[in-house]
Parts: sequence; structure tokens; C-alpha cells
Amino acid sequence: MGSGLWTLIIQRLLMGLGLLLAVSVLIFAGTQILPGDVAASILGQSATPEALANLRSDLGLDQPAWKRYFSWLGGLLQGDLGTALSNGKDISASLGKRLGNTLFLAFWAALMSVPLAILLGLLAVRYRGRWPDKLISGITLTSISLPEFFIGYLLIYFIAVKTQWLPSVSTVYEGMAFADRLKAIALPAITLTMVVLAHMMRMTRAAILNVMQSAYVETAELKGLSAFEVIRKHAFPNVIAPIVNVVMLNLAFLVVGVVVVEVIFVYPGMGQYLVDHVAKRDVPVVQACGLVFAGVYILLNMVADIVALLSNPRLRHPK
Amino acid sequence: MADETLLEVCNLRIEATVYPPGEKPQTLVIVKDLSWSLKRGQVLGIIGESGAGKSTAALAGMAYGRGGVRLPAGEVWLDGQNLLAVGKAALRNVRGRKVCYVAQSAAAAFNPAHTLMDQVVEASLLHGVCNRATAENRAIRLFEKLGLPNPDKIGDRYPHQVSGGQLQRVMTAMALCPEPDLIVFDEPTTALDVTTQIDVLAAIKDAIRDTGVAAMYITHDLAVVAQVSDEIMVLRHGELVEHGTAKQIIESPREEYTQALVSVRSIEHEEKKPSTQPVMKVKNVTAAYGGTIDVLKDISVEIHPGQTLAVVGESGSGKSTLARAITGLLPPRKGTIEFDGRTLSNALAQRSRDDLREVQMIYQMADVAMNPRQTVRTIIGRPLQFYFDLKGEALDQRINELLEEIEMGDGFADRYPAELSGGQKQRVCIARALAAKPKLIICDEVTSALDPLVADGILKLLLDLQAREGVSYMFITHDLATVKAIADSIAVMFQGELVRYGPKSEVLAPPFDDYTDLLLSSVPQMRLGWLEEVTKSRRMASGGN
Repeated sequence: MGSGLWTLIIQRLLMGLGLLLAVSVLIFAGTQILPGDVAASILGQSATPEALANLRSDLGLDQPAWKRYFSWLGGLLQGDLGTALSNGKDISASLGKRLGNTLFLAFWAALMSVPLAILLGLLAVRYRGRWPDKLISGITLTSISLPEFFIGYLLIYFIAVKTQWLPSVSTVYEGMAFADRLKAIALPAITLTMVVLAHMMRMTRAAILNVMQSAYVETAELKGLSAFEVIRKHAFPNVIAPIVNVVMLNLAFLVVGVVVVEVIFVYPGMGQYLVDHVAKRDVPVVQACGLVFAGVYILLNMVADIVALLSNPRLRHPK
Repeated sequence: MADETLLEVCNLRIEATVYPPGEKPQTLVIVKDLSWSLKRGQVLGIIGESGAGKSTAALAGMAYGRGGVRLPAGEVWLDGQNLLAVGKAALRNVRGRKVCYVAQSAAAAFNPAHTLMDQVVEASLLHGVCNRATAENRAIRLFEKLGLPNPDKIGDRYPHQVSGGQLQRVMTAMALCPEPDLIVFDEPTTALDVTTQIDVLAAIKDAIRDTGVAAMYITHDLAVVAQVSDEIMVLRHGELVEHGTAKQIIESPREEYTQALVSVRSIEHEEKKPSTQPVMKVKNVTAAYGGTIDVLKDISVEIHPGQTLAVVGESGSGKSTLARAITGLLPPRKGTIEFDGRTLSNALAQRSRDDLREVQMIYQMADVAMNPRQTVRTIIGRPLQFYFDLKGEALDQRINELLEEIEMGDGFADRYPAELSGGQKQRVCIARALAAKPKLIICDEVTSALDPLVADGILKLLLDLQAREGVSYMFITHDLATVKAIADSIAVMFQGELVRYGPKSEVLAPPFDDYTDLLLSSVPQMRLGWLEEVTKSRRMASGGN
């Protein structure tokens, strides 16, 4: 491997860190300009000017914004996300559990959707313009066009209510057996899979079709390789970068975009946690959630970029 | 065995469906009714202009239709099998085993994601010709035979790690590796520099002779095909013009079209004496793209009014960079450019509108040098409006004059570039350059993408225009035949340096420096046995050292 490649990867890592820092500033600034006041909303109707002032100084809200930002950032660096204003609990602890649940769901949804999407993409290319291609495109486009809550309720109606194969409510708790846990998340995972499938499948199909025009694919055909071998061996290795990019975007969606699905299936993940605390104007929790979501996005896109760098033979094997 | 027929193509018809926007799909007949045969161990040269159907016909010999090309009628008998009737699975068994293919651009035809060795032995392993160790051994021997450096190591490299000429040889090794009966060479040396072409050509010819494989060799260059073929087939518009032995086609062509191909580049051009006052003086110009590596090193040349300076060199010699430096697109690091007695500012932004008007450019790819959504009228009219503020009737009249000058009627004024042929597009580009009434036109490989006969027409037009308008040309090319046809003075460039410069009669007369000698002796000549003579004399020269 060339040193040039390592330089590029290290640059990309540093850029990711810089981006995360910039996002933390944005999140902090964004929550500052939100209307309303935490102290006022905690005190509610019993707010007197003295009580408000006291609570503000207790919460540190009378400090200038930049001081509060740096103390927040300092806490972040030590893994301390602060305490929730609404219930006084440690955010790191509650967020950790919720994040674990969300990642668990996202992991299984990804495990189903990514290989399926790529396989369907390959099949669609193999039978381009014929009925398997049209069928695959039709079904995946239908499922992406339906709102995810609608898919969720359809699944609940048919699979949970009518046939009672799977539970409609995805309750998970500590100490739950692994198999039970899988059963509990089956429906939300299927819903998420159907939402992200089309995007990844279409991208795989388009990227491979693009490469199929190239001279080296013709060379492979003229060597007598079968159509599927040509796609697998000669087209696919050259489309890893665009496919990984769209896969990572969808994985990020699986973590960040699960809010609706978690609410439908009453799944105790990040999405529900965030929705609850937005309603309570619990700024530290909202900030922490925002930062975690941003971190997931940045991390996954960084991975996509690094995989794209690594998959480029010109960078892996310099002259 | 030697006289046995290997390939017999009977009444082949080739069609494609085109989808013109907004119209019904149309069926286009590319080849109407073509028959030919090929004996074992023989080489058939297939020659014609672009669009003559030569690649399509040769690929049909492998029962392969590129893109939407179909083979609705005819028979292709290879070794007792009609390839058009055997079905897909049997066809896959033939391809890569009995017939192999060498593409025009090896750089594009190798998969960038795999090593060369993996790709060279792929067909042999796929068809079970031999096991991997044997195939690799065979490949290494072929690399050696084809004169590749480090034959036992080069297979571990990736396509981007070796040069274009080497890749073309690896591709030939790839075709030879499964020991096929027939190889289709599709313009294998067209994309190479002239000095590289001769090596690859000699390597291919030796390999064909030593292995006894039969070949179809497609090219638009009759001088090249004369060196490798036993027989030559001339195609035009999908029809056979003439088919004969190489000797007959080259020495006594029967058909008018073949005669024109053989006698192409017959332009005679009398060298003009340099004047006292050059229109352009390039003084000690050194230039680099970013970095510290100079692409041009201390170049000084002059161009005289109404004359042509030809700048010759291989790809990477810096000839296009010199054009960029003169036009101001790439400000030189050192040196000055004097035009018409005044010093031009190095940077484009600081040049006056008149400075810009007096130096115009014509590019190699006329296709991409014009906006496909503008008509010829708009394209030619733009410089007239921009530099001379012409409007209305005056503008139309001038556009018609210019179309007249490039020998195209005013019926072309409202056409779009897509409705023009390659030669017509280049003529429109010439008209656009002329519209600015420049003193100097820089022609960057303007005939390289054109067929020989069309290119000849463009060169004649350029010479006529020079005689009438007194415009000077800086003519950048890698083609020495073009240089001989139109130059008054010649600059030979090699790796950013000027190796030889002077009036044509001096530059092209001995004694030569090593590089100019190599360049001149590498230009394929239209006679049989030329390749052997050159390679022999080179071997003797290198043996003597």
C-alpha cells in the first residue's frame, strides 16, 4: 500500500473529527435560538421572577453562551453528556441503553437489506429490460413510495393481528433471551428493510449498468464468460465505491430515521427518547441526541469514503 | 493442414436498430451481404474508413454484435460449426478458446481491478485449456516473446502500472494464451505513438508467425495492414470494394476507391522562405503544471507570416503544452512570447481583446469543441459578434462568406453539429477560427481523428486558406506524413525539449539526430516488407553498439 493512500485516509479521519466539532457548535447554537426557556417550562405557572432567576443560576443558564458551550464540550470529551433537566437523570446512561436498542434494530435491518438489495441489483442487471428486472424495480419502488408508517401498520394488521405470527409491539427489556429479542424486532426490521431496499437496489443496478458499457466488460464477454460471471467478476469490483456510498447513507438512515418506526412499534430506542424530550423542552437531551445522530452520519460516510479509497486499485497499487 | 479453411463467412447481414429522438425506431443495415473466408495460419487485413463496418464485420466473425447490433442472416462457419446457429452456451465455448480478441485501446479493455496475470490466464482457466501453473508459464513465455520487460514479474502488475504500448502487448499475450485458432485484432496500434506502434506491430507479426494462428487485422491505415497481412479486404459503407492479396492491393489496386487510399497524402507543398519579421516569437519558454516538473524546457521557435510551423512529437512531448503557453491558458514560468512585434502578457486575463482575436485555435475533437445545441450559424456568428459587432444582414452575409470559404454551402448554416460528418465538423471549426480574422491559428492534431481521405481534404483546405488569407499556422501533430505535406518549418519535441528545429528541407535531411531518425523511420510506408527492413536495420544498429 502506498503512503499516499494512508495520507488520504488520515486526512479523511481528521476531516471527520473537524466536521463533528463544527456540528457540535451548530447544535449548541441551534438549541440556543429555539424559542422558550427551560427554566420557565420547568416552573410552569408557579414562575416568579426570583424563582426563575434562581433556577437559571442553578442550571448555569445565566452564564454567557460560549462558556456554557465549552463546559458542555468539556463534558462531552469525558463522556459526560450532562443531566436531563426534566427528570435529573444522567443522560449518558439512559442514552446508552436506547442507542444500544436502536443499533440492534438497525444491525438486523441492515443484515437483511444490504445483501438483498445488492443481489436484487445484480439480478436486475442480468435480466435487464426483461420481466425479472421490471418485477424487482416495481416491487422495490412500490415499497419505497409507501410511507413507512403505512407499511408498518399493514404488517401489524396482516402479520400480527390476522395471523398472529409475530408480536405487534416490540417490547424489549434487559435480560431478554436473544431469540425473543429477535422475534420482538422482526416487524420493525422488515419495515425498515422495505424502506431502504429500493434506493440501494437502484443504485447497484445503475452503477453496474454504467460499467457494463466499458471495454473491459466486452473483453470479458469475448473470453466466453457467462453473463452473471461478467457482472460478478468484472463489473462488480469496479462499482464498490458508489454502492458503499449509498449503502452507508441508508445505514445512517436506519439509525437516524427510525423515529417513526420506533413510535409505531413502541420500541424503546433513540427515536422515542428524542421525541419524548423534545416535547418536554429538555435541551441537554435534545443536544445529546442530535450529536449522536450527527456522529453516526459522519462516521458512516467516513467509512464509505475510506472504503472507496481502498477499493481504488490506482491508490492501492501506485506506480 | 495449411490450406484448410478455418473461417468461412457466407452472405452475412448485419443490422442495428437506432432510436432517433422523437421518431420511430429505424433499422439500419450496417453490412448488407458480405462473404469471405480465411485459411489456417493466414492473416486477413480488413481496411476501411470509420463507419465502413470493418469492426462490426470482424466481430461478427466471433458471432458478437456490439451494443444493439444483430446478425439476422448469413452463416459464420468456424472449424465446422456455424456460430450463428450453435446457441449461447456453445458460443461461449468458442469465444476465448478458439477465437480471441485484441481491442483497440488496451488501456480501456483491461479491468482496472484485477492484475494482468489474472486477466491473461482467465480464458484458459475458464475453458479448462490447462491448469493455472501451466497457463501462467505460457503467459510468461508469451510476455518474453512479445518483448515485455521483466516477463516473470509484469503479470503481478495492475493495468494502470504499465504503459499503453506494453498493455497492447499484454493484450496480445492474453489472446494467444489459450492457443486459439483465430485472433481478431481491432486496430491494435491505432492509439499508440508512431515509435511504439512499430515495436508492437513487429511483436504481433512475430507472434502470429511463430504460433501459426490465423488473424483478422482491422485498421484504417493501409500502410500498417500491408505489413502484417497475406490478404486484404477493403470495405466501404458496409460493402466489399476489393479483396485480394496484399501485394495486389498495394501495388496494383483495381478499384478507384482503393487507388485513392493507396495514393493518399499526395499533397505537394513548396517550402516558403522565412521572412525577416516573424509574426510570433517564442523566446526561452519554460512551463510547468503546478509542481516542479517542467513540461516545457527552454523552448524558442518563430513563426513567419503566411507560413506553417509544424510541431512534432509523441504524446507527452509537450507540444500541446506549448500551444497552451502561447494562447495564455498556461502562463509560462520563464520566457516571453512576442506577437507582431509586441510582447504578449503571459496571463490570459491581461491580454487585450485584439491579442485574443489574433491567435485562434482548432482542436482535435471537433465534436466536443462545438456546443451541440447551437446551429452552425450561431457557432460561426459568435466570434463575428464578439470581435466585430456584426449584426443582422452584415452578419448573415459574413457567415455565408465563411461557409463558402470552407467549401460548404449556406444550406449548412441552420444545421446542428450532430447533423454533420466528422470532416464537416472540423470545417466548421476552421470557419469559426477564421471568423476572428486571426494572424495565427494553432491547429492541435486537427486531422488525427479523421479518416485519411477526409484528412487530406482538410489539409488542402488549410493550405488554400493560407494562400488566400496569409494566415500562419502552428500545426501540432504526431503524424510525420502530415508534416511533410504542409510544413514550412518543423520543430521536433521530445520530453519537453526541442531536439531539432529549422526549415523543413533541413529538418528532414540527414544527418539526423537519434530521435528524429527514430521518428522518421517509424512512419509506416506503403510497401510490403518495410517492417522487416526497419526492424532488421534497428537490430543491426543496436547489435553494433
